[in-house]
Amino acid sequence: MKTSGILMIIGSALLLGLFIYPLWNIRLEAPQYPDPLGMDIFIAGIEGEEEFDIQNIDGINHYIGMKKIPKPEEMWEFNTFPIVIGTMAGLGILLGLLGFFGKISPHWFLGWLVLMTILGILGMYDFNNWLIEYGTDLDPKAIIKLTDSEGNPLSYKPPLLGSEKILNFTAHSYPRTGAYLMFLGMFLTLVAWFVGYRSEPSKTKK
Amino acid sequence: MKHFKFILSITFLSLLMVGCGDDDRKSSNRSSSGAMASNAAERVYVAPGEHDEFYAFISGGYSGNLTVYGLPSGRMLKEIPVFSQFPTSGYGYSEETRPMLNTSFGFIPWGDSHHPDISQTNGDTDGRWVFINENNTPRIARISLETFETEEIIEIPHSAGNHSSSFVTENTEYVVAGTRFSVPYPQKDMPIEEMKGNFKGPLTFIAVGDDGRMKIDFQLDMPGFNYDLSHPGRGDSHGWFFFTTYNTEEAHTMQEVNASQNDKDFIAAVNWKKIQEYVQNGGGEEIDAEYAHNVYDHSTHTATSTMMNKVLRVDPREVGDAVFFMPTPKSPHGCDVDPSGEYIGGNGKLSTDLTVHSFSKMIQAIENEDFTGEAYGIPVLNFDSTLAGTVKEGGLGPLHTEFDGKGNAYTTFFISSEVVKWKLGTWEVLDRQPSYYSVGHLMIPGGNSRNPEGKYLISMNKITKDRYLPTGPELEHSAQLYDISGEKMELLLDFPTHGEPHYAAGISADKVKPNSKKIYRLDENKHARAALSEADTRMERDGNNVHVYMTTVRSHFAPDNLEGIKVGDKVFFHVTNLEQDFDVPHGFAIIGANNSELLIMPGQTKTTTWEPKKEGVWPFYCTDFCSALHQEMQGYVRVSGKNSNVPLRWTLDGE
Repeated sequence: MKTSGILMIIGSALLLGLFIYPLWNIRLEAPQYPDPLGMDIFIAGIEGEEEFDIQNIDGINHYIGMKKIPKPEEMWEFNTFPIVIGTMAGLGILLGLLGFFGKISPHWFLGWLVLMTILGILGMYDFNNWLIEYGTDLDPKAIIKLTDSEGNPLSYKPPLLGSEKILNFTAHSYPRTGAYLMFLGMFLTLVAWFVGYRSEPSKTKK
Repeated sequence: MKHFKFILSITFLSLLMVGCGDDDRKSSNRSSSGAMASNAAERVYVAPGEHDEFYAFISGGYSGNLTVYGLPSGRMLKEIPVFSQFPTSGYGYSEETRPMLNTSFGFIPWGDSHHPDISQTNGDTDGRWVFINENNTPRIARISLETFETEEIIEIPHSAGNHSSSFVTENTEYVVAGTRFSVPYPQKDMPIEEMKGNFKGPLTFIAVGDDGRMKIDFQLDMPGFNYDLSHPGRGDSHGWFFFTTYNTEEAHTMQEVNASQNDKDFIAAVNWKKIQEYVQNGGGEEIDAEYAHNVYDHSTHTATSTMMNKVLRVDPREVGDAVFFMPTPKSPHGCDVDPSGEYIGGNGKLSTDLTVHSFSKMIQAIENEDFTGEAYGIPVLNFDSTLAGTVKEGGLGPLHTEFDGKGNAYTTFFISSEVVKWKLGTWEVLDRQPSYYSVGHLMIPGGNSRNPEGKYLISMNKITKDRYLPTGPELEHSAQLYDISGEKMELLLDFPTHGEPHYAAGISADKVKPNSKKIYRLDENKHARAALSEADTRMERDGNNVHVYMTTVRSHFAPDNLEGIKVGDKVFFHVTNLEQDFDVPHGFAIIGANNSELLIMPGQTKTTTWEPKKEGVWPFYCTDFCSALHQEMQGYVRVSGKNSNVPLRWTLDGE
């Protein structure tokens, strides 16, 4: 149970990387932007890859009537996410410690992972909702109003994952270091459960 | 025996054939280099989107400016306004930059820029600044290689024809200025024919601070010869400066003939370290002077002009062993020092020969007091004692020499219109290439430093004639690019140059490129009348002066409707570009302005003035195609009668 407990502690501690590294990144490429514009999405706010990228993205987006990129205080998510991640990391470490000293069954680890996965999916769902709103809730006085072949206003929603052409820009949306650390951490908690589960029968034999 | 002979002949034949094969290979080598030469296009081709290997800063001569080129492509990248008004950007027209062109003679809209030189550290070009001199109203300017803008101009008092300038010492301790037209020192009303012995040729040493700021340290009171060109010593000769002279005859008229009578003029060797020490110990005499010192500040985006009134005059005779004359034949023009600092060349422009002095022999001659006389109390060294060698029959009319750092020198011959390569030490001519036509200057990147980058050479030619499609009687000048990496020079490219280049300075792009600014930071904008956001925009009346604090951002002005301006007012448009994105300038122009437009870089504030003469509603607009909605970037000024009561009112979108 010792190995399994340690893995659980490391795995859940890796979530804390999200406080340092961005979770996601959306990068906009266009011919006249040889240095692409990019925004790093952290759990506590959005920052430009380069200092003035947010300002310049907002500047371009105003032509098509998109809202400005929200500041941390303008979205409840940027308050809530750090609390959720901090709590889950703390909880995971606590479970790992208890497991290390043999106080609880490794199935708790799996329980943590299931909860974390649900929260993660909810987070992605929320993020995607924001992208939809951001890309479709346009200023009616927008300078450039484009419609699709059926006459509906064009959506400028960047992809949740992958690359997509939006007017003259190609938007690339991919996870970043924080997310990779989180995925690795979650995988480690799965291994922790597995290792703990495998070692349990031998324990009962004693 | 017959067999033997047969075998022998076969062997011989086959040897011959092998030999032939060898020959064939050689000639095919030669023809492939010929093919390469005809394939010169490939060697100067810089593919779309790629960058040149070198920056070349080419003086604009009578344009008063400095142009920036890429090598080897010969593409012009920018014209930097320095001594001349430049309506394109508003330089010399805007309120902020007019002080840059202030002098003791008042505002001067034009200059004659001559010799750019790049700042150095330990004898290497360091890519911080380019200095360039103005010949007509003597001045030196310093251009930043972060912004590629003129940051400072200092006037040179008591000088006339500041030609032997603006060369820097190997740690940029000093940049020098000279006097090519000897004049009364200080100026006074006197008969011209009494010139001889009464006119002087002051040489000015300007100290350069770590921040680039220039300050006149001292002025050497030299005899009234014509100081033509100069170069600093380096290596062992660091601490010395060498100036060519002509008209040691001191002729005051028809100098074409009368200044060409002496068989030899001089190269003045100035031990500036000694004089610096002398000055630091309280030597020299403060005399009255009147000169402008103009500094442009990138945080206020504004220049200030300060009138200075003293300069330290140093009589070289009182310093002792500070200045010597080296006789040099035939009215020498270019004065060039090789990368080691040992050889000092004087290009006797009226002869076929080039004279090269040796620094170590010069020091020896000074120690031995090997003098043949004196000129106005300054010792004249024995010509034979300082002579290192003569390049014989190089061509006709040598003007300037540069070095490749591999032991070779390259000299331009104006009259015979060619560039000649010769060897330092043996003085033998190795190669010659015609120039088209009548070459003046030449430049090898880093050629005036300890470590030239001897890959390319450009010649700057005085006569263009048929080299390009004709454009009427007035033509741009022409430069030629040679590959000098091999034994022989190869002409690769012709390209037109703007104004009249009188020298250039080249530097590896890697030393400059990473430092080039993309924008000015708005949060560092300390302009007294900047509006840093649309909320700051406003109008203020101060008597007949109306100040408009305006901003630009893609794609509107704020405010864009102005009322309350009256005929007879003077309107100051202080326009701040709020953009913080690379290469998004905005322009500002208003109908009937007796002034230039403004071209405002991101984060910058510029001011133009407008004096409306007629009542009406008058438009202004952005002159730079800034975005898809550039055409919409416009506004109106309502101008009312002199005595109207229309209040000041400024709006954007009705607010």
